[in-house]
Amino acid sequence: MSEEQQLSRRDFLKSGAALGGGLVIACHVPLLGPAWGAERASFAPNAFLRVASDGTTTVIVGKSEMGQGVYTALPMLVAEELACDWRKVRVEAAPVAPAYNHTTFGLMVTGGSSSVWSEWERLSTAGATAREMLVLAAAQSWQVQPGSCRAENGAVLGPAGQRLRYGELAARAAHLPTPPKVALKDPKDYTILGKPVHRIDSPAKIAGSALFGIDVQVPGMLTAVIARPPVFGATLKSMDATRSRQLPGVRQVVAVPAGVAVVADGFWAAKRGRDLLETVWDEGAGSGLSTPGMRQEYARLAATPGLVARSEGAADAALSAAAKLLQAEYEVPYLSHSPMETLNCFVDLKPDRCLIRTGSQFQTVDRGAAARAAGLKPEQVTLETTLLGGGFGRRANPASDFVIEAVQVAKAVQHPVKVVWTREDDIKGGYYRPMWYDRISAGLNDGKLTSWKHTIVGQSIMTGTSFESALVKNGIDDTSVEGAADLPYPVPNLQVELHSTKNVVPTLWWRSVGHSHTAFVVESFLDEVAHALGKDPYRYRQELLAGHPRHLGVLNEAARLAGWGAPLPAGHALGIAVHESFKSFVAQVAEVSLDRSGTLLVHRVCCAVDCGRIVNPDTIAAQMESGIAFGLSAALYGAITLKNGRVEQSNFDSYPVLRLDAMPKVEVSIIKSAEKPGGVGETGVPPIAPAVANALFAAVGARVRTLPMTRERIAAAREKV
Amino acid sequence: MISLHVNGKLHRVDASPDTPLLWVLRDNLKLTGTKFGCGEGLCGACTVLVDDAPQRSCSISVSEVQDKRITTIEGIPAGHPVKKSWIAQEVSQCGYCQPGQVVSAVALLKQHPKPTEVQIDQAMAGNICRCGSYQRIRKAIHAAAGKGSKGGAS
Repeated sequence: MSEEQQLSRRDFLKSGAALGGGLVIACHVPLLGPAWGAERASFAPNAFLRVASDGTTTVIVGKSEMGQGVYTALPMLVAEELACDWRKVRVEAAPVAPAYNHTTFGLMVTGGSSSVWSEWERLSTAGATAREMLVLAAAQSWQVQPGSCRAENGAVLGPAGQRLRYGELAARAAHLPTPPKVALKDPKDYTILGKPVHRIDSPAKIAGSALFGIDVQVPGMLTAVIARPPVFGATLKSMDATRSRQLPGVRQVVAVPAGVAVVADGFWAAKRGRDLLETVWDEGAGSGLSTPGMRQEYARLAATPGLVARSEGAADAALSAAAKLLQAEYEVPYLSHSPMETLNCFVDLKPDRCLIRTGSQFQTVDRGAAARAAGLKPEQVTLETTLLGGGFGRRANPASDFVIEAVQVAKAVQHPVKVVWTREDDIKGGYYRPMWYDRISAGLNDGKLTSWKHTIVGQSIMTGTSFESALVKNGIDDTSVEGAADLPYPVPNLQVELHSTKNVVPTLWWRSVGHSHTAFVVESFLDEVAHALGKDPYRYRQELLAGHPRHLGVLNEAARLAGWGAPLPAGHALGIAVHESFKSFVAQVAEVSLDRSGTLLVHRVCCAVDCGRIVNPDTIAAQMESGIAFGLSAALYGAITLKNGRVEQSNFDSYPVLRLDAMPKVEVSIIKSAEKPGGVGETGVPPIAPAVANALFAAVGARVRTLPMTRERIAAAREKV
Repeated sequence: MISLHVNGKLHRVDASPDTPLLWVLRDNLKLTGTKFGCGEGLCGACTVLVDDAPQRSCSISVSEVQDKRITTIEGIPAGHPVKKSWIAQEVSQCGYCQPGQVVSAVALLKQHPKPTEVQIDQAMAGNICRCGSYQRIRKAIHAAAGKGSKGGAS
């Protein structure tokens, strides 16, 4: 670590202490590099942990906790190898520093369901290194061979029954050189990994003391609410802030690139001030956008050749020659992430430095963007990551929208300020999961699927961002075709094509990204193929996936859990889907029925997951429940639509999400596996929409190919039967 | 100045009478455990007890509750069966909605010490959780009520 980084780290720890109460544990001793010599009172062998003289082990986590459980799973990786007392483990959010860059992606980011697989080796090694140094410290103090000692539950045990706790060894261990290479445990000796462990972050969250970005309070801080353009791409023409400024508590009204910021003593005055603001906008071309027109254009494109994402055999020729041809159009709308904590960002900007506190999933990018907006160097910007009240991808924006605008407001008002988005701002604010239109065809010959052509139409998430060159190859954004171009089913003639559309609606990755749409299309359409061939949808998948043991493993387990084929209550039916994403495999069986009003009820979901080697089974189960609930919100209710460029939804009344009374009973089975670890944060989402759509078809014989599956859509599909 | 009884303490706050209770709790009293989620009484993240009844603090003005007893998440003891059950059943994920969920569950169990599934549906459907912790919420309520769990929409 450079001196500069050490200094910024100390500043971070000091301010961390000031946050108090929350999960960011106040640090009494700075993280010490070798330069600190004799002053050190705790043992900090690397950037990821330190052991204090009372035995408290602090794990510094470079991933953002947004519910997926990294503040527990990643410390478990360290603790397993360190052999420390789990009850003494604390967590601290890492500062922005290269030491915490993603081991594959090369910058600080939490995403792609990658935290466990990407950190496994690094954090295991960090823990093992510390353990070996503590063992050596004990061996030296007893004057015995390190090989005759062992570490266990936060203490080193010597050959003659000696025992020294880690806290007692910390000062001595801190003087030892770091071993260049350490051995990791044999998985059969694990005592923590693979067993359910209670989340470290739960008590503070239940107490109400956990610190989210929106909870940041600094004496004298102001709060800003921004009047945002009614149409994407619109610019401010004029404003009249007379009434806003007269409101008690309103301090300033300033135009910023994001709109007009009303800055006040607290949220309520800022919000009321915004409501009283009169603004005139130059709406630009965006006001011409309406969902029906966009659909028409997408449908037209879907019938034309696109860029080829995958090609095997000769799909077009085989389709024309097929004995039976199936063809369908599938559609999914724009979706808002709508985390429960609306977007927010605290900024304290000084001439030579800037402090940011926010729930970011994308620290390196956000810090760089903040520095540019502030006219500072990145190292002059300190970004402290709070807990995230949900992320789902929204808080990892390559455009850093909610961070940049907060810096711009702080710059304009010359005062520490927290920008808070209302729910309406959040739902209307863009960065949606793209709207997609898919045209898909299958050719059947002699009871076999012989050709498959899938044309995908929608916006590229990555085009136009700084990640375009890395993630868009030959015009194909991998996130547009993932889950479709890598179709696991063997089809001799296969073609996947893509049309990347362009418009002013900002799009972004949304929990499971491309898979959130491709799994629905592919797994629904494969079900159509099975029915057209007169085969059982589960048995047909089983037959096709013979060469894919991990797909097959979860498929069979989900079917077994659900009792596939057993009698069900009248009107109920099962649907199945299986999908690989983020290095994991998930199959789900949904049991559904329609109530008397024709509304779809999902009663039960049986879910099997193979995510390779596991850390915390209870978190995996929780993430499957979570993915299912999140996916059901989209499958049953979610749609962002536009009329004259305006988003038609605004709050949870017009953008409904799943509620407790509609939550199915979820059963999760985790496949025992020695495979490399895979992701769990997103992988529960993709199979649920097709599993439910397939169950609906099994129940009433109507195929709904457009999400969400509203009562009206289901009724319309039933009329066609 | 407005007088407020919050978590057993009397506070004098300088706020306009039409300010929603939520923002007085968060911005004036720094009780940030009560969360903002929608501002329209649609999500339940801001739920507090007003004289033991669950209320959406975003949709009730501070002047309406001057003479009432207000209990926020911070005022529910750590040893309360609901809080203990929430931790035992590992309900939280991101945790943002959970203060509101806990307060709603405390109110439910006060009214119905052994709630039925329908009573749980009715009491809890107003509290949104985007992480989908609903199955565990149901289980935690049953556990706090000293009952086993059934669960599921039926």
